[in-house]
Amino acid sequence: MQKKDNIATPSTLARIRHRRRSTEVIPEAGKANGSHLLVDDHNKYRSMLIRLYSTLWMIGGFAFIVYMGHLYITAMVVVIQIFMAQELFSLLRKTHEDSHLPGFRQLNWHFFFTAMLFVYGRLLSQRLVNTVTSDKFLYQLVNSFIKYHMVACYFLYIAGFMWFILTLKKKMYKYQFGQYAWTHMILIVVFTQSSFTVANIFEGIFWFLLPASLIVINDIFAYIFGFFFGRTPLIKLSPKKTWEGFIGASVTTIISAFVLANVLGRYQWLTCPRKDLSTGWLHCDPGPLFKPEHFTLQGRVPQWFPWKEISVLPVQWHALWLGLFASIIAPFGGFFASGFKRAFKIKDFGDSIPGHGGMTDRMDCQMVMAVFAYIYHHTFIVPQSISVEMILDQILTNLSFEEQQALLVKLGQIMQERLGYS
Amino acid sequence: MQRDNNTSAPSTPSARIRNRRRSTEVIPEASKSNGSPLLVDDHNKYRSMLIRAYSTLWMIGGFAFIVYMGHLYITAMVVVIQIFMARELFNLLRKSHEDRHLPGFRQLNWYFFFTAMLFVYGRLLSQRLVNTVTSDKFLYQLVSSLIKYHMVACYFLYIAGFMWFILTLKKKMYKYQFGQYAWTHMILIVVFTQSSFTVANIFEGIFWFLLPASLIVINDIFAYIFGFFFGRTPLIKLSPKKTWEGFIGASVTTIISAFVLANILGRYRWLTCPRKDLSTGWLHCDPGPLFKPEHFTLPGWVPLWFPQKEISVLPVQWHALGLGLFASIIAPFGGFFASGFKRAFKIKDFGDSIPGHGGITDRMDCQMVMAVFAYIYHQSFIVPQSISVEMILDQILTNLSFEEQHALLMELGQILQERL
Repeated sequence: MQKKDNIATPSTLARIRHRRRSTEVIPEAGKANGSHLLVDDHNKYRSMLIRLYSTLWMIGGFAFIVYMGHLYITAMVVVIQIFMAQELFSLLRKTHEDSHLPGFRQLNWHFFFTAMLFVYGRLLSQRLVNTVTSDKFLYQLVNSFIKYHMVACYFLYIAGFMWFILTLKKKMYKYQFGQYAWTHMILIVVFTQSSFTVANIFEGIFWFLLPASLIVINDIFAYIFGFFFGRTPLIKLSPKKTWEGFIGASVTTIISAFVLANVLGRYQWLTCPRKDLSTGWLHCDPGPLFKPEHFTLQGRVPQWFPWKEISVLPVQWHALWLGLFASIIAPFGGFFASGFKRAFKIKDFGDSIPGHGGMTDRMDCQMVMAVFAYIYHHTFIVPQSISVEMILDQILTNLSFEEQQALLVKLGQIMQERLGYS
Repeated sequence: MQRDNNTSAPSTPSARIRNRRRSTEVIPEASKSNGSPLLVDDHNKYRSMLIRAYSTLWMIGGFAFIVYMGHLYITAMVVVIQIFMARELFNLLRKSHEDRHLPGFRQLNWYFFFTAMLFVYGRLLSQRLVNTVTSDKFLYQLVSSLIKYHMVACYFLYIAGFMWFILTLKKKMYKYQFGQYAWTHMILIVVFTQSSFTVANIFEGIFWFLLPASLIVINDIFAYIFGFFFGRTPLIKLSPKKTWEGFIGASVTTIISAFVLANILGRYRWLTCPRKDLSTGWLHCDPGPLFKPEHFTLPGWVPLWFPQKEISVLPVQWHALGLGLFASIIAPFGGFFASGFKRAFKIKDFGDSIPGHGGITDRMDCQMVMAVFAYIYHQSFIVPQSISVEMILDQILTNLSFEEQHALLMELGQILQERL
């Protein structure tokens, strides 16, 4: 996510910069192949101060939203998503062709809306049901929405598909098909990562906050290490990145992952999953992953070491893997974005953030990380925290009596078949 | 799926290659050019029609044979068709000049194809694979753990491909490489969405694969026939040979055939029973209320000469009407899309694996749209879905061991017993 050197006009539009991460601030300051020392340039001191100022605003704003809770973070993700989609839709559009095709832009947003309905409908259906269990009528209504959700989204998509075909214009075919493919690719990229992000959020803000913070830390320290020790270029695609920056940042990220997981894991607000769409305080049994285990360090550590015993949350071991991924593989998202911009000869994905490009420039590494965090959580974390009691609890609280009986019958059948085979 | 008029030399019926086609493309090619030159006037076209009729019979025969062999063989056929489609589409926008400078780039396409295959079919068939190996304790453990780590494994395979792509980006070739990357993704999505839904349908019961596919074939054949005899008003600029008369005639015929065909197909257990594992033996099951005939006495206004006073209707026939409606009205848009695509990129056909008839994708365009709809229809209206029950059942089966599942079953049974 390091950008080419921009001497930006100092703009303190804190509201717009709210949506950015703090990564882009320091790298822009003055690292030109590591040779240009910051002390020599007073202008860059000033722009660094201004960027520092907006970083603080962004971190503050972000912390505020995290404090507000799951629903607000989801809203923030949705807003970021809309801005990203808008940038990407506009990117390869050619205004000359567009003037001959009225309503073509609306088609993009139709598909966007359909994708939104489909993805968030699936993600939040269970939680929506849990929110309206008190009202019998609403419950029926929501249940029938969920039942026909897939068909409804499918027909919305087919309507868009037919609309596309019926608006194909002679001599514009190639442009229109290109735009259609581009729209699909954008929606897939944007919605995959945002849906996984939102899924993570509802499993516990921890699973959203930790990966996102690791990317930020990785970027900041890659800059710092590159600035002081940078000598060997890393990859042709991004000439300012260096091996020293990369390795230094990797080590720092992995260590911070271990430490940060401990710090974040102490707060129930961050570790408890949200089962419905309420916004109140959360209480829960965080599960075995967040219960501290104590290790004595007797005899292994010199006498001057202050602590004789350390407490480690089991989740910290998982965090090491997240840190490893964030430092080694997530930067490839940034390389992909750089390569893409070179391929299509564009400077930035957009200009919604003055002097810093667009939303997509900020989110490229975050996207890769969000998907990994979800898959990691789904594969390694969830099975560990599931037990017979937990599932029984789920069954008794979430299902109606008829549904419980149906489940019993189905499970009995499946187990009977399995017993019959052995 | 109607093609531009090819006055091609009558190609030798290579039955093996043509086996993979549907019978739709045979008759339309014969001689419909704006409906004016009558078939009787042209002896050459009589002969090519005969040859095509000959290969149609081979194809229908081959297809029926595969249906008789069963679910696993039909799935294999779908996979083969899929591979051929992907190959055609991969080759389509490739430029051989650029490719010479990029060694290993073609392999990247097939690598992503393999990853997608593993992901999609792994998810679809995981439950059935587990059911197949329950007899062997060791295999069961192995398969269960494979399923558990399936998603991570596929993800890392994808990420490896992603990193490979980035590391092989070459100066001055960026735009071409990114274009190919996007194209690869679009192809894989199109090919795998419809084939995975097709395979999901097959294992729910061959009926749910055979009926939609046949309706598309019937729609095409009768669109040609009606257009040939009555075609006058052009339907859409994209495909100048299609006419409104053909479209409407075919729609009516398709809907009626859907009703009738559902009755015929619904009588065979082989077609209506779902397959719970990957075996190939005969199937016995209770087909469910959808396939039990209901009897209606015909109302008095039906003329006396009508042979039957009472008709038996399988409830599934009403569902078939919905499928027929979709097959006649909306599925042809798949064909329009393919035509528009070919015009946009100035290509005649998607491939040439089938002499005189283009490629596999030309044959499958409408089928793809139909397969997706059939799956979604089945999931929403045929299978009484209770999201919560399915989700929790899924959780139980994937996350708990056999003993734990058993314990859960016992406990739940007890609790419900107390409540009764």
